[in-house]
Amino acid sequence: MYLYDSYDQAMVDARVEEFRDQARRRLAGELTEDQFKPLRLMNGLYLQLHAYMLRVAVPYGTLSSRKMRMLAHIARKYDRGYGHFTTRQNIQYNWIKLEDAPDILADLATVEMHAIQTSGNCIRNISSDQYAGVAADEITDPRPWAELLRQWSSFHPEFTYLPRKFKICVIASANDRAAMRLHDIGLELVERDGRIGARVFAGGGMGRTPMVAPEIRDFVEEDELVSYLEACLRVYNRYGRRDNKFKARIKILVHELGVEEYRRQVEEEFAHMRQLGIQPPTEELDRIRAYFAPPVYETGLPEEVDRSDPDFALWLDRNVLPHKQPGYAIVNISLKPVGGIPGDASADQIDLMADLAERHSLDQLRVTHAQNIVLPYVKKADLYTIWQQLDAAGLGTANLDRISDMIACPGLDYCSLANARSIPVAQKIARRFAGNGKEEAIGELKLKISGCINACGHHHAGHIGILGVDRKGTENYQLLLGGSGAEDCSLGAITGPGFTEDGVVDAIERATDLYLAQRQEGERFLDTYRRLGMAPFKEAIYG
Amino acid sequence: MKLLTGNDLASGDVIWWTGKGWSRHIGEAVDVGDEGDAILAREEQARRVNVAYIVDAEQTDSGPLPNHIKERIRASGPTVRTDLAINADIPIVRA
Repeated sequence: MYLYDSYDQAMVDARVEEFRDQARRRLAGELTEDQFKPLRLMNGLYLQLHAYMLRVAVPYGTLSSRKMRMLAHIARKYDRGYGHFTTRQNIQYNWIKLEDAPDILADLATVEMHAIQTSGNCIRNISSDQYAGVAADEITDPRPWAELLRQWSSFHPEFTYLPRKFKICVIASANDRAAMRLHDIGLELVERDGRIGARVFAGGGMGRTPMVAPEIRDFVEEDELVSYLEACLRVYNRYGRRDNKFKARIKILVHELGVEEYRRQVEEEFAHMRQLGIQPPTEELDRIRAYFAPPVYETGLPEEVDRSDPDFALWLDRNVLPHKQPGYAIVNISLKPVGGIPGDASADQIDLMADLAERHSLDQLRVTHAQNIVLPYVKKADLYTIWQQLDAAGLGTANLDRISDMIACPGLDYCSLANARSIPVAQKIARRFAGNGKEEAIGELKLKISGCINACGHHHAGHIGILGVDRKGTENYQLLLGGSGAEDCSLGAITGPGFTEDGVVDAIERATDLYLAQRQEGERFLDTYRRLGMAPFKEAIYG
Repeated sequence: MKLLTGNDLASGDVIWWTGKGWSRHIGEAVDVGDEGDAILAREEQARRVNVAYIVDAEQTDSGPLPNHIKERIRASGPTVRTDLAINADIPIVRA
């Protein structure tokens, strides 16, 4: 894991003191809210439905036990005993007091954490594959690249006031577990002729105008990647629309210019950037890479796991994935207990996960964009004891990638932008499918719920998506089918008229019943939908 | 009726204008009629409220009830964490 050098620490510490003074001036009436708002947002502090909300950055979702414990400490001391893990692999707290915010940032800084790049029209926290470094299918660990881009983008003076926020994702596997093509820029590290470089995709995103990012370059050498991204950002910064917030994302620019023209302009800028010689030296990537060197694995570990406890065996089958190292496994901790709030974890649960990581996962954890937690380095021999402790703490739900493992935004229960509640719908769906026993039969089904068109709940990318809307002051839910954020990336299509809260749960059950009746051998819900098309599903849903 | 609401500057808590000051309990809110803008300007200037605005509501047997669901949830607290609610008895969805 990357460790701050003196420059990193000095930057973060200085930022804390700067914000402390800004908050003091706001509380003293020396700054108006209009003056203060952009300053607090640059430090991740929003004003939400019930209180201030602080979003803390978890770069590429990687945490140590020490950092995780700090997140529990903040939940316990400054919030109401819990936090909410987000689709950008971050965590946010819902009940923050402005007067506490500087102290929270100071506490975070003691463990090399901050809330920078979690809001505002800057390059946001870089996201990545939650299995980076341990996935058997990756060609290299993408995190050194993500860290390099974090350092490049932090406080980048040219890109602090972009037309809109800008999200970058780095993966290193053909299997996309991070919704890479639904980012403003997505990077897939690939190998060509023995050299590592990146395929570059630009102009993806969700929100009110969802788009799958087209490829704009099939290979950028690693020693030119920062210059190439700088060129991508420069073209966007120069021509991205600042006159209309809803058309300001890079996806609109790429769409309106056309991929060919955007690519041409980037190449022209890239040629210029090359002459400037501002690319970080390769030694810097090597320096960062050393922090992510593979651990010294134990060898000769047992592969067999005692499956005599049926509940453990179920969890093993659903939540534990193969590791690239013999004798080890990847543990997914579901934050989606049936009837719970997707992504929420109490301070005690966060502490427990930190303890388990310290004892059993080389001190490391990951946050996934699907709002779960990963222990990436677990010996198979330790799985049973880990599961027992998780289960006792309400963290043993065996539902990875099943219908109850939903992404759900905070919705109208917490968010000032939302039009409808997301969490109660998620809870009803989970209870319905836990109660009728169909979850196991259905298998993989990625269901995603957003409480408004901004799509924080990734509804466009759900095999089944739900979008909450306001219909004459009443919550209404549109249903979408056929989306995917994976390597088979696609955008869901709206089925038709919307539903009430209970109605959308019934509609989903009718859609999944059709799938169960019509599926062919090996087909997931998404596959059957793609084979049959919308018409039979629409018929089943609306009758 | 019209209510004044906003957030407490320091704590961020949702607050309602009572005629004499601000309260976290909507049951203490009063109809401000046409005086809302003037009160808001005065209170924001005095830094007693942040991001304040006027909402439409109706008087019910159990007290003022905002017309819009968002304001009802603001007044109540998260419907999925009733343990954290301030005014948990507020009907969120109209009958």
